[in-house]
Amino acid sequence: MEGADLMSVVLDVRDVHLRRGTRRILTGMSFEVPRGALIALMGPSGSGKTTMLRAIAALERFDQGTIVLEGLAAAGGRMLGRDALREWRARLGLVFQFHHLFDHLTALDNVTLAPVHVHRVARATAERRARDLLQSLGVEHRAGALPRELSGGEAQRVAIARALALDPPLLMMDEPTASLDPARRGELGLLLRSLAARGRAVLVSTHDDAFVGEFATGAVRMVDGAAQ
Amino acid sequence: MRPLALLLLLAATTLGAQSRDMRWAADPEGGAPYVQADPADPARVEGFEVEIADLIARALGRTARFTLVAYASIDQSVARGDADLGLNGLEDTPARRAAMAVTVPYYEFREVLSVRTADAAGLGSLADLAGRRVGTLGGTMAYEILVAAGPRYRIETVSYDDDVHPYSDLLLGRVDAVLLDNVIAERRVSQVSGVTVQPGTIATGHYVGVLARGNDAMRDQVSGALLTAMRDGSLERILRKWHVWNGDQPELYARLLRGETPPTASVAADGISNDTAAMVPTAWQATRRYLPTLVRAAGVTLLLSCLSMALAVALGMLIASGRVYGGAPLRAALTGYVELMRGTPILLQLFVIYYGIAAAVRLPAFVAALAGLALNYAAYESEIYRGALEAVSIGQLEAARTLGFTERQILALVRGPQAFRLALPPMTNDFVALLKDSSLVSVLTVVELTKQTQIFAANIGSWVIPGSLCAALYLAMSLPLAATARRLERRWKAPTS
Repeated sequence: MEGADLMSVVLDVRDVHLRRGTRRILTGMSFEVPRGALIALMGPSGSGKTTMLRAIAALERFDQGTIVLEGLAAAGGRMLGRDALREWRARLGLVFQFHHLFDHLTALDNVTLAPVHVHRVARATAERRARDLLQSLGVEHRAGALPRELSGGEAQRVAIARALALDPPLLMMDEPTASLDPARRGELGLLLRSLAARGRAVLVSTHDDAFVGEFATGAVRMVDGAAQ
Repeated sequence: MRPLALLLLLAATTLGAQSRDMRWAADPEGGAPYVQADPADPARVEGFEVEIADLIARALGRTARFTLVAYASIDQSVARGDADLGLNGLEDTPARRAAMAVTVPYYEFREVLSVRTADAAGLGSLADLAGRRVGTLGGTMAYEILVAAGPRYRIETVSYDDDVHPYSDLLLGRVDAVLLDNVIAERRVSQVSGVTVQPGTIATGHYVGVLARGNDAMRDQVSGALLTAMRDGSLERILRKWHVWNGDQPELYARLLRGETPPTASVAADGISNDTAAMVPTAWQATRRYLPTLVRAAGVTLLLSCLSMALAVALGMLIASGRVYGGAPLRAALTGYVELMRGTPILLQLFVIYYGIAAAVRLPAFVAALAGLALNYAAYESEIYRGALEAVSIGQLEAARTLGFTERQILALVRGPQAFRLALPPMTNDFVALLKDSSLVSVLTVVELTKQTQIFAANIGSWVIPGSLCAALYLAMSLPLAATARRLERRWKAPTS
């Protein structure tokens, strides 16, 4: 896990400002996430953690500053073009707080949908990869289940598998420990550490100090929309 | 005490007035010279039958009061007591004699063929019309004659709900001849050019007044009044005034005044048994005779409903997608379409599609019916899908966006399929409604289940058997549909395990 390449910066957020109407949500956020790191974005509710993740995922437009993701740059005040947006999103996976698995598809199909339709991977290949992923996350036995049939922890793991299906360099998770019991929390921490150790950058938003202390390689504390 | 007395007095006068009134039923849509809305005062009616009703009422010492009843329902309406007397070119048929109290005839008519003037030389008889389409009014003697002659002459009978459109369709080439009463034919020919009435008589029949079965006393009074009016020439004066008097009438009157009862109808066309039109079938015979036709008509209903629903669903999805994703001009145009289709009667839309635009686009009846139902239901379906599309949570859409799907892919792979599940129950509801609304297309001469039932009922003079069979067939179509939809819903909405 040593070496220059492994320590290179995957995500570089520079002086990002974001306003919603007159409300200033982000007021000059800057931080980096190197490859192999598990960085926690911390702060009280309403400090802008989720908005920061959404801006990185290009779900939200920011007004000022730059975000560089694996060599691609997005500048404030401008939307990415269609092709650039696809390139951008291929570089990241986002696991929402409430997972948002596709209600009408099985766990397996949730994982294969993007590889098959966005990246034109053959269905058999995509399914084989998806099963491997589900297995490595310990939920292979739930491949045929619909999201409403999964427990909270299972749904989270399927959502992680879906986010990793295209093998993006950056994995982001919004409040991953919010609805987990202590045992599951520990399992998730180890899982994220091992994902980071295999060469990914992992960014999680959380206000769980114990989790951060135990598993994170670094933390960014947010107050009123900026890193402290 | 005083309000009660007033009320009693009011009730007494109302009852008194009712017993002095003679309520008679007709359909002014049939128009002149029978009964039509007075052009000077559309609230009043005029026509030779209006004057005959007045004449009868006077003889009975009562006041004639007009009651509007749709032509096809006059017998039923009189039977249930909405009116005392039905008087509207009602034909003297065996079925009517069996089901109603029928007066002596007051007019003898002839069934005649009308053709386009250009075809007059070649199309003079039923035999000449082999392989062609002939229009008439559904549920009439002319209709029965055509149905009976159909197999022998290979004539395709086209049934209309009114007596105007057969002639306009004749000019448009949708039918090649019209078989109807000479009174109707002569009036139409005087109004439109290019139509010729052939001199041959296909059949003769009589117009009678109808009363509820068992109301023989009043029937005899009405017959007496008619016979007196024949004797003293007042009936002739009325018929002359409305230009429908001809040489057939003195002969009929003479026979009636001698005490003879004329036969219900006599068919002059060779090869058509007089029995076909004259026989009153038993309930069992009628069922056996009509069931295959009803089942075929149910097939038309099912085919029409399935095809138009499929079109409506496809079109509705496009409209809904346009309203959710489109730019402002497209959204405005689609909203306008939806409001127009929802805000106007489907019957009117069917008329416009079939008759209204016939000068520009001459759609076949089935295609027009299909288009009309599909275009109308598409508006309703689109609202269901729009609601369902908007009900899919933003989280689902954002999850898809972060995975790199385009908006079009999200609609096709995530939002559309989820919306479809939400839309299924209201959609099933609409399909069942469409199955029944499809009966409206009978105004475009498409004979589907309800229309065939009406024809059946008119023919045997009772709704009991045809109505029951019709209901059974509709249920046989709608229940499996509802069951399938419920199964799908259960599968998609299984409880969390």
